[in-house]
Amino acid sequence: MDQVKHIWLVLSGKGGVGKSSTTTQLALTLVEKGYKVGVLDIDLTGPSLPRMFGVEDKKVHQSSAGWVPVYTDSTQKLGLMSLGFLLSDRGNSVVWRGPKKTAMIRQFMNDVVWQDLDYLIIDTPPGTSDEHITIAEVLKDIKTDGAILVTTPQEVAAADVRKELNFCRKVNFKVLGVVENMSGYVCPHCSECTNIFSKGGGEALARQFDVPFLGKVPLDPRFIELIEKQNILEGYKTSDLAKVYEGIVDKILIE
Amino acid sequence: METPPEHCPGTESEQAGLADACAGCPNQEICASAPKGPDPDIPAITEALRDVQHKILVLSGKGGVGKSTFAAMLGWALSANENQEVAMLDLDFCGPSLARIMGTEGEQIHAAASGWTPVYADDNLAVMSIAYMLPNSDEAVIWRGQKKNGLIKQFLKNVDWGNPIDYMLVDTPPGTSDEHLSINQYMSPSGLDGAVIITTPQEVALLDVRKEIDFCRKAGIRVLGLIENMAGFVCPNCQGKSDIFIPTTGGGKQLAQELNVPFLGSVPLDPRIGQCSDRGENFFEAFPDSVVTTALNGVITQLNAQIRGIPTP
Repeated sequence: MDQVKHIWLVLSGKGGVGKSSTTTQLALTLVEKGYKVGVLDIDLTGPSLPRMFGVEDKKVHQSSAGWVPVYTDSTQKLGLMSLGFLLSDRGNSVVWRGPKKTAMIRQFMNDVVWQDLDYLIIDTPPGTSDEHITIAEVLKDIKTDGAILVTTPQEVAAADVRKELNFCRKVNFKVLGVVENMSGYVCPHCSECTNIFSKGGGEALARQFDVPFLGKVPLDPRFIELIEKQNILEGYKTSDLAKVYEGIVDKILIE
Repeated sequence: METPPEHCPGTESEQAGLADACAGCPNQEICASAPKGPDPDIPAITEALRDVQHKILVLSGKGGVGKSTFAAMLGWALSANENQEVAMLDLDFCGPSLARIMGTEGEQIHAAASGWTPVYADDNLAVMSIAYMLPNSDEAVIWRGQKKNGLIKQFLKNVDWGNPIDYMLVDTPPGTSDEHLSINQYMSPSGLDGAVIITTPQEVALLDVRKEIDFCRKAGIRVLGLIENMAGFVCPNCQGKSDIFIPTTGGGKQLAQELNVPFLGSVPLDPRIGQCSDRGENFFEAFPDSVVTTALNGVITQLNAQIRGIPTP
């Protein structure tokens, strides 16, 4: 970890709000800005990152120094590590109780050869349990920039994210800000924007806890299509969301 | 709390305290000297669940696909028949959503001599969740798996549901970890009907749901069926239909076919579902004529047939 300059965590109390989508986009935006980026997926029972980046068929290699992350291309600007790369079949379940998850995360934090990284982004599962306690313990003695919290606008999600904010306070993670994901959907037929999951929940949350609000990210079927077609690495730069994330990353970097 | 060693054989194992992994564990002596054999709590749980006729788990590998929303809908639909007693258990301790969705947020459970009294969302619809036990709703429950297992046992053993229960619906967190292993271990001796699995149409979700079905197979849990949620969106302005979560790999239906599990139906995305959930209202009562209500009724009919063992076409 001495070779890593900055560590960001992506957290949310709620599942399915877009932690992995956010992680993916933060990473791509930072790479676009010229940084060398690593992404670590500690969602062990539901690893989405290999699918997100369209590199599901790649495997992690073992070198004498440790695990070599999966690089998205030959420039090695973006390295990924996920349990998804270690499974023999993508449909296999990882049925592990807490102690085994804890050991795996410790191994990920100790044994991956990241080489020199500007940013390491850690994607997490929902909740405040084994994975989160472990990562907080491991990071206690490592300089961490802080956490980015992802929510969707509706109260059911924001309620869980408030718990995550309290978790951050307890373990002394600085909150870099809140992203409101799935904020509005523009109908492709009539261009009317519908707030499928209500609106404003993330912004209100940021205000309540006095943490930065990083921005609203709309539901964009073209982004989902890029992931479904496994084309994000080429297609993201020119998508509408790339501009939104540029704004979000700039806000984090200014702090 | 001390973290058990990585390859902890489990306290109920014959190897407890004796396995290689136990070397150096602070609990080694206790484990080695404690009585071995099956978990003594399980007979007590089986006794407590004796009067529960059907037990159904709501599962998904993926978060935010609508497990709690569907559990709530199923609870309301089943309790619409006043002769049926329905109990709901929320095992998502870190993100308990069921209390709000059922319109019972802010309620407290009461401890009586006979056990905890659950919160009633309706006369015949009882809910049990950690949300009723927190001093403040924003409090984070920062627990490792072991501690969660303890509360699951208490929920199964110490709740006084009053009347015999016709349906017990168990809402779970995403994943395949402690809660999922434990609920199966604790409930199956008294008979578990099976699991309903929820997904959304896109492959990122289906990928995790595959894992959940794989888990059910390994754990011997019957899959009652797969439900595809958030399938298609109808614009309230122009009534035009569009897919937000695009089923590029064939969606839930194809996955069900591929893995040979019953497909119970698709439910479209409707902003009013989220609004009802935030307010804790019964969607069926608020919008009896909506497309979602029709779709859900279809799903629930199919599910009922599966529970009763009637083969569906």
